[in-house]
Amino acid sequence: MTDLARHAPAEADDIARQRFMESTGNRRFWRFWRDFLTQRPLGTAGAVLIILMLLAAAFAGLIAPYEKAVEINFADLLLPPSPDHILGTDHLGRDVFVRIVYGSRTALLVGFTASFVGCTLGLVLGVVGAYFGGRADQLIQRLMDVLISFPLIVIAIAVVAALGTGEDKIGNVIAAITVPIIPRVARVVRSSALSIVNMPYIEATRSVGSGAVRIMFRHVVPNVFAPYLIMLTAFLAQAILLEASLSFLGLGVFEPTPSWGLMLRGAGTQFLEQAPWIAIAPGVAISLAVFGFNLFGDSLRDALDPRLRTA
Amino acid sequence: MRRYIVGRLLLMIPTLVGVAILTFVIMRAVPGDIVALKYAGSPVPQSVIDEERQLLGLDKPLWEQFVVWMGDIARFDLGTSLWTGNSVVDEIQVRFPLSLELAFLATLLAIAIALPLGVLAAVRQDSWVDYAIRVFSIGGLAMPSFWIGILMILTTLTLWGWAPPLVFTPFTEDPVANLAQLILPAIAVGYRYSAVSMRMTRSTVLEVLREDYVRTARAKGLRETVVVMRHALRNALLPVVTVISLEFAFLIGGLVVTEQVFNLNGIGKLLVDAVAHRDYTLIQAIVLLLAAVFVLINFLVDMVYVVLDPRIRYS
Repeated sequence: MTDLARHAPAEADDIARQRFMESTGNRRFWRFWRDFLTQRPLGTAGAVLIILMLLAAAFAGLIAPYEKAVEINFADLLLPPSPDHILGTDHLGRDVFVRIVYGSRTALLVGFTASFVGCTLGLVLGVVGAYFGGRADQLIQRLMDVLISFPLIVIAIAVVAALGTGEDKIGNVIAAITVPIIPRVARVVRSSALSIVNMPYIEATRSVGSGAVRIMFRHVVPNVFAPYLIMLTAFLAQAILLEASLSFLGLGVFEPTPSWGLMLRGAGTQFLEQAPWIAIAPGVAISLAVFGFNLFGDSLRDALDPRLRTA
Repeated sequence: MRRYIVGRLLLMIPTLVGVAILTFVIMRAVPGDIVALKYAGSPVPQSVIDEERQLLGLDKPLWEQFVVWMGDIARFDLGTSLWTGNSVVDEIQVRFPLSLELAFLATLLAIAIALPLGVLAAVRQDSWVDYAIRVFSIGGLAMPSFWIGILMILTTLTLWGWAPPLVFTPFTEDPVANLAQLILPAIAVGYRYSAVSMRMTRSTVLEVLREDYVRTARAKGLRETVVVMRHALRNALLPVVTVISLEFAFLIGGLVVTEQVFNLNGIGKLLVDAVAHRDYTLIQAIVLLLAAVFVLINFLVDMVYVVLDPRIRYS
């Protein structure tokens, strides 16, 4: 928390908003990221981890064909790390490194979709509630209150249980992770949007005849975009963690799909003494991914909104 | 104050009713009913399916099912488990003490880690101590608690050939055996739980240390420990308590996965087992229970505020 932020919250608010609005201009966009990369080493480290993960997901095919990650190979059971299998093999003879590389696809697919859909629905609900106020707002708020009273993983488990789990039910896993994100985003967005909807320029836009939808999307949404982006990265980390937890519990992604959480299930605990490498490598992958998104999100928040506390 | 407490308690009722409605909706809103889902793909005669539907009251219209369910809840009758055939209340009762103790230990550990380290990081801001503590706390955020659990088992196994006992011993019977079983899972959950509170403690203490009254306290010649402990920490506690309560959701999440790792027979494991056995009465009951506990905790935290900050007077 900077001194500036403590003594002059209003100015800090303007600076943050201005800074972000500036960043949407094309040349200023690059300047924002140049400053970000030069002034925020931790955020840059996070960005590097994220880019590594994206590269792994995109070019997994260059490292090994997908069959290597899923095909059972009884000739190579539980091999320790060696030049052939740099992270060893698991109890079904599959290369742990290849499975981790392909696992990044699962983590990113689930993490990004759940976080994007959840945050966007939360954004819409928050902005609509703040703009219309009154009974609609009350209704949305109460619904969000109830949704938020469920601990994250509990509601995810409930949704998975209701929708069913199975080999190709990855959509259900995504849905289960999306649901608990919505109310948390809606709350934050609503409180930011509330201060916007009463600004004179909104009144001005209305007086020249803009409709509610136009005002909300052209004038309110851009102004709450900073918290939206921050939450998007924060919940990406959460979603990856949640996917790993659900898969670990046997309620997420199913075999043979490579998933980091799934790799820690069963084999990770069953062959712990015999083959500790199966239990270590996927955990490192999860931690680095979550770590990367956390670092990046934190720095993004500091850069966009200096008023917020770092917790 | 008493009026406020009563008011808040009464306000919890609509939230809990909402929680119950939502639980009901989630479990029933699926295409096809839960019995069809349970037996999907298995050759079960229609008569069994019909029988189970009747047992669950699924043959009745939806609104009637809901009224019956709510009526049962009001009488603390959560139904019969489809999987074990026992009363759901009994099933939960057996597992509850273990989860409760684990939650208590983990919270205690989390606070014991978070407060001193958070204060230390703030007092030694930007030194290597600060950086080390921050890395430690970020690690807690990034590492899934079930993985921490696996690593701890791995460590004790390879170093001492020791693994936590599998059978639960109540604390009152044999405290040592009890703690031997629960201390590792408590650390796994507590470490993750402490991370956010630690970061919050650090940033609020930093903020408070710049206040005028802290300068005054120093100018009076008070020892630095007194300044930090009595003047700074006490005033920094409020946001920390908020975070601890918000993070309670993570505690429950941590319990669910950690009980699985350490094979502890608690509520979290029961929930996962219930899902695996498609025991919808049990799932419904546990989800409802955990949400209710969560709502109750948030209420208790609001009460703690009053103790911590006498300026807060609810009315």
